[in-house]
Amino acid sequence: MSGLVEKSSFGGLRKPLLMPAWVMIGFFLIIPVLTMLVYSFLTKEFRGGVIWEFSLAAYDQFFFDRGLFGDEPPKIEWTYINIFWRSIVQAFVATIICLVIGFPTAYFIATRSANTRNIWLFLITVPYWVNLLIRTVSMKFLIRDSGPLNHWLMQAGFIDSPIHLINTNFAVQLGLFYSYLPFMVLPIYASVERYNFSLSEASADLYAGRWTTLRRIVLPAVKPGIIAGCILVFVPSLGAFLAPDLLGGAKNFMIGTLIEEQFKGASGNWPFGAAASMLLLSLVLVVLLFYARSQSKQALHH
Amino acid sequence: MKEKALDQIKRYPGFFPMAVLCLFLLYTPLIIVMIYSFNDSPSITRWGGFSLRWYEDVFFGLEATKLRKAAWNSVTIATMAAICATVIATAAAVGMVRSAAWRGKTASFAILSLPIMVPEIVTAVATLIFFSTIGFKAGYATILIAHIVFCIPFAYLPIAARLEGIDSNYEQAALDLYASRWQAFKRVLLPLLAPGIISGFLLAFIISLDDFIITNFVKGAGIETLPTAIFGAIRQGIKPNIMAISTLMLLVSILFVTVSYFVGRMGETKK
Amino acid sequence: MKTIFKTTALAVALGLGSAAAHAEGSLSIYHWFEYIPQDLLDKFAKEHDVEVTMDTYDSNESLLASLKAGKMGSYDVAVPSDYMVEILSNDGMLDTIADGELANIGNIEDKWMDVAFDAGRKHSIPYQWGSTSFSVNRDVYKGDIGSLAMMFDPPADLSGKINVLDSSGEVLGLASIYLGIPQCTTDRDQLKALNKLVLEAKPHWASFNSDGAKDVLVSGDAAAGMIWNGFGAKARGELASLEYSYPKEGYIVWMDNVVLLKDAPNRANALKFMDFLLEPENIAAVTNFAQYTAGVKGVNALLDESLKTSPENNPPADAPAGTFVQVCDEPTQKLYEQIWTNVKK
Repeated sequence: MSGLVEKSSFGGLRKPLLMPAWVMIGFFLIIPVLTMLVYSFLTKEFRGGVIWEFSLAAYDQFFFDRGLFGDEPPKIEWTYINIFWRSIVQAFVATIICLVIGFPTAYFIATRSANTRNIWLFLITVPYWVNLLIRTVSMKFLIRDSGPLNHWLMQAGFIDSPIHLINTNFAVQLGLFYSYLPFMVLPIYASVERYNFSLSEASADLYAGRWTTLRRIVLPAVKPGIIAGCILVFVPSLGAFLAPDLLGGAKNFMIGTLIEEQFKGASGNWPFGAAASMLLLSLVLVVLLFYARSQSKQALHH
Repeated sequence: MKEKALDQIKRYPGFFPMAVLCLFLLYTPLIIVMIYSFNDSPSITRWGGFSLRWYEDVFFGLEATKLRKAAWNSVTIATMAAICATVIATAAAVGMVRSAAWRGKTASFAILSLPIMVPEIVTAVATLIFFSTIGFKAGYATILIAHIVFCIPFAYLPIAARLEGIDSNYEQAALDLYASRWQAFKRVLLPLLAPGIISGFLLAFIISLDDFIITNFVKGAGIETLPTAIFGAIRQGIKPNIMAISTLMLLVSILFVTVSYFVGRMGETKK
Repeated sequence: MKTIFKTTALAVALGLGSAAAHAEGSLSIYHWFEYIPQDLLDKFAKEHDVEVTMDTYDSNESLLASLKAGKMGSYDVAVPSDYMVEILSNDGMLDTIADGELANIGNIEDKWMDVAFDAGRKHSIPYQWGSTSFSVNRDVYKGDIGSLAMMFDPPADLSGKINVLDSSGEVLGLASIYLGIPQCTTDRDQLKALNKLVLEAKPHWASFNSDGAKDVLVSGDAAAGMIWNGFGAKARGELASLEYSYPKEGYIVWMDNVVLLKDAPNRANALKFMDFLLEPENIAAVTNFAQYTAGVKGVNALLDESLKTSPENNPPADAPAGTFVQVCDEPTQKLYEQIWTNVKK
């Protein structure tokens, strides 16, 4: 084992080595996020564009409803809060479904012999590397009213008229699950692979049932992989754009489509879009903070 | 006997069907699109016999020039972004992994992984606002810069993981023999690190090729990448030629996974 | 290290180089989707030896938003509708075409020469004109479709299967026509009624989609949908059971115009392109492709036979006249924007 001193063979060059990464990310990501924060407090110009004048209008629009003419006493505006809430619920449900299908898959793969395992891994990795846009379009094609799914079901006589799936929340849910499923399998697989199966054996020797062993021994041991997988599914689902846009139509807004509409769509309300982005970012940071805390707790336990 | 018992303990009924279901779900839409890309009928849902006409359309049809340009943009941006990100990430990985614990190491790691943590749509919005505020005209360069930034962590992770597995005694020995740090890196560390660097490059490349949201926000007038061109086209309906392009891109992805798999294997055997 | 830096520098230089490569002899068009045949663009590119690039938008409002958001100076020409020409021109976003700069300006039909939105054609030339109404799949609904109620208070057969254009000007315009109220009303009760109408209609609507307006009808994802007449004709060409309606309450007419944008990077080529589109032969190609109506003399003889008799281009004799979308003043427009936000959210 190499000690700390040897590990530091390039220690003296640490700063110059890290500088390019810091500069790129600092200049082209951190500063832009701060600029966006400033933008969320600016005034929207009539017909699009911004005026450099401080205003809380964007956040006011998000949280309060002042009636059509803007002269009624403010009520809580539920629309955007509901869009956020629905996005959270949909991301959560997508995470759960991915976990329910992803965990057994990952476990199954990890317990195969080396050769079979490689084939399975390859098969799971391919969709992960296929363009997300193309995967979403494929899903849209499959489930649309006149698509192959409905066509076959009707030919087989299961249904008389097409099941209407496209432009529903269900379709969005399906799309999210489909988009991020590989993200769940791979980290769990990595953890199960590292899991020492003699623990399961010991548990069985003590007459624990198979499912008890799974619950009490395996699951806690591979928990870091499960949490990582959940984060990798939950976070991108929360800000997803393609699934709600292509499968949900312009009516089933999620946070991602709401934000996009402010910039690429007709409304041209940049401060509002910036404010919604800030709120999304805060939400994600809270999730990641919890994750980091659970990680450091785990590190303490070991 | 013991082996068999352990195997029994490892197995859970129902997990195999779940795994099959998982593959089925992942592949069905892709395979359907692949099949229908060979459909002779212009009506997209009726099967009209096998034909390569839509592939012909992609390469020689009316939109061929546009698509070729978009594909060229995609490939050149992905190549450059992946090269830059890999160089930056390799330097950062050596700096992070090959230096003793220091204050701010966690913070530095947080910065490096920031592009993965921040939701893509937020990165897209922030980058658009930033470029427009400083008056940097949207174009090819804005896409390239944005891609380099978000590719850094994807290149970093496999490189750092590989580096952590390489005993530092190797380059330490070289340094003890009066090799300069650069020589120690180039002659000793780099060859050992190569599989990690290649994996990092491939991942960064495919991530850049895949990106739609950020590109769509920061692209300038008249510049398309394949995803933005496809997205623009499917807004008006999924046409068979889109399926042909999709199938081609699917094959490219499979090729990349295969290459990256063999690179990984190469790494294992060398170790 | 040197090699690495060299590679990186080379890579970046390559990128910037290829970005700057086509700065000369080019034309940058900002156009509606699916509105100009590719071979016509190729023809122009070949005749004048310029590289043509084109981006597309799907509503007048998103054209405006995008130009406001820093795209001014990137494009040479755009194709806004009548009311948007007025808005762009009022905001100083259009360049002026001097006398004599367009050789073919005399080809414009007289009635489209001195128009309210661009008196004397200082900034624009006609592209195509047509109407905005809706099409219904007659296999799904067989009753009378001669009323805007199909969109705003639809029969049960159509409820939940309606696609609506993603454009505030046209949707609120049609809604106002349905209610029989002026387009830029300041009357609070009328505005409330308009707000109520669209909010109550929304549950009947399946999607907001402009660029997919044809595809949703043809693919069966929607059974009825707002659409422009030419796009509706194309839809009928792909699915015969679609019928375009000229509702009894009225409908919207519009004219799309090629405008010369301010700070156009290739002003000379932009003017060449406008002249090109004023040649009967070229604009007839657009009309045959998009199936609307041109505003240029001498086009009729060059049109496809089917176009001359198509129900989309020939309103029934008893159809009322159409209405142009009006430009409201700022305080009024803000109320309409609020109503649109209410619909979309």
